[in-house]
Amino acid sequence: MSAMKSLLGWIDARFPLTKLWNEHLAQYYAPKNLNFWYFFGSLALLVLVIQIVTGIFLAMNFKPDAGLAFGSVEYIMRDVNWGWLIRYMHSTGASAFFVVVYLHMFRGLIYGSYRGPRELLWLIGMVIYVALMAEAFMGYLLPWGQMSYWGAQVIISLFGAIPYFGEDLALWIRGDYVVSDATLNRFFAFHVIAVPLVLLALVVVHIMALHEVGSNNPDGIEIKKKKDERGIPLDGIPFHPYYTVKDLVGVAVFLFLFAAVIFYAPEMGGYFLEHDNFVPADPLKTPEHIKPLWYFTPFYAILRAVPNKFLGVVAMGAAIFVLFLLPWLDRSPVRSIRYKGVLSRIALAVFVVSFLALGWLGMQPATPTLTMFARLFAVLYFAFFLLMPIYTRIERTRPVPERVTFK
Amino acid sequence: MRRIVLSALLLAAPLWAQAGGGAVPLDKANIDLDNRQSLWHGAKLFVNYCMGCHSAQYMRYNRVGKDLGLSEDDLKQYLVFGEKKVGDTMTIAMRPEDAARWFGTPAPDLSLVARSRGPDWLYTYLRTFYLDPKRPFGVNNLVFKDVAMPHVLWELQGWQKPVYRTVKRADGHEEKIIERLELAVPGKLSPAEYDKAVRDLVAFLTYVGEPAQFERKRLGPWVLAYLALLIVVFYVLKKEYWRDVH
Repeated sequence: MSAMKSLLGWIDARFPLTKLWNEHLAQYYAPKNLNFWYFFGSLALLVLVIQIVTGIFLAMNFKPDAGLAFGSVEYIMRDVNWGWLIRYMHSTGASAFFVVVYLHMFRGLIYGSYRGPRELLWLIGMVIYVALMAEAFMGYLLPWGQMSYWGAQVIISLFGAIPYFGEDLALWIRGDYVVSDATLNRFFAFHVIAVPLVLLALVVVHIMALHEVGSNNPDGIEIKKKKDERGIPLDGIPFHPYYTVKDLVGVAVFLFLFAAVIFYAPEMGGYFLEHDNFVPADPLKTPEHIKPLWYFTPFYAILRAVPNKFLGVVAMGAAIFVLFLLPWLDRSPVRSIRYKGVLSRIALAVFVVSFLALGWLGMQPATPTLTMFARLFAVLYFAFFLLMPIYTRIERTRPVPERVTFK
Repeated sequence: MRRIVLSALLLAAPLWAQAGGGAVPLDKANIDLDNRQSLWHGAKLFVNYCMGCHSAQYMRYNRVGKDLGLSEDDLKQYLVFGEKKVGDTMTIAMRPEDAARWFGTPAPDLSLVARSRGPDWLYTYLRTFYLDPKRPFGVNNLVFKDVAMPHVLWELQGWQKPVYRTVKRADGHEEKIIERLELAVPGKLSPAEYDKAVRDLVAFLTYVGEPAQFERKRLGPWVLAYLALLIVVFYVLKKEYWRDVH
């Protein structure tokens, strides 16, 4: 024991190991009333690790070559020991990442975790989300199936809608006039090196920002306002061991569901692995119905809802960008939906319905009726954000408690 | 609110009808992957009838042997022909450019056809070839209109001819549509035997689409049982640690 202690002392004299441990775990005080919605931050970290580790093993056997890519994925699925498991973990992990991140973002939305002093924390999180979309988009090209190919073709061509330099930009992204071997090679480089590096760095920054301002909680009140004589928040408990053991329960439940998909429904009925993507990419044969994977479909529906291609691209970009503005759109005197008024609750419900409806619509062929519905829900989606400064200010809020509550 | 829900449902109804792709409703394949006899029969049909033109280039013969419990001698006697070795993949000698010249399009590789089309589609497709003198090979297909493939299984099924029905379209025009198919010339198998043969073939193709699925489904219960136990252990641990938090 004393040998361990002296080793620790030796390290601490040269590297702030104990200091880091205390600042981020043992003496980081989190509100004691964090509920179900607070599992998804640590789960996002878990999925990131799963994706990186499985990704390393996939990269050992994958060939980023238009002639070999599709076959190399099948080689992984059939001839590499445990290759099928690693590949399914990675493909399911991609969808799981978005499930977890969407729930994590929704938590921020309902409890006002983006409000001051956590604006920067929210912005960093949004940058992570955008980086994650780029990572998923580029990763989806790699299996080189029909939907990989045509999905990339459609999305990259969107850049071509930008006036003046759009076509040149699309050409520059593809490295060719159509999606080709050059595109596959550069997407591979971005998918396995560039974007993961950015993601990892951003996650560290996100956690540092969180630990600077402290965690919000379901009541949306500051636990730092009420401290004991030692300066410890009265409603705070050390992250370790309390939340480490609590998050372990979340981890086990998540892994159970994750494994259920991997072992019993790896295609998830075509939502996680699309049927058309089991056909090798064919530049001469356009599939009947090109659609992105489920996690992009809300934005894809907004894109298609606008009759003009360029304005559609602008609307799609705006649908993501408007999320960045949340900290400044919300003018409510309270943070949490628990104490906000009825208008905020209605608006939130409308937003959730719109987002899910757009997600569904984005998967369907664009018939005139469905397009009208997509327009309706796109308007409601934006209304939630753009009317927020009004409805959060005029509604009657309920008084917030002095101390956090369990309910 | 109720009106919105109702109109949303009405809206979705035609979509479900379209989801099948073609106008023909697909028959349920009802394959049984646990029935190794069925898979083995399907494998024999595949190498004898399909592999004239179609490969399964990602599938190895000895993997089939391992997964279906066949010896190397069985493989050599029934599945692996000519110069091929048991460790080879199920490729064919026909060159794609020749196939394109003979059939108008190269015959696709079938390694993953069950994953892209689905078993029900394959089952219906292989049972709905009908005589159509307008086509180069004299046959057409109900689920894959104007398909380039001839009816390769004709000696098993025989030849079917369409039975038409006249319907009046909304604009007053009359149109002849195929109501059903009728056996015109019987084949070696009865219709029930043919359905079973096609079911076996589709079962084999479904296996070929993902050979790891046996291992996957075998491991599943153990992994889930372990994780269920882990949930309980972690939950008890959490309860114990959190006893003093009020």
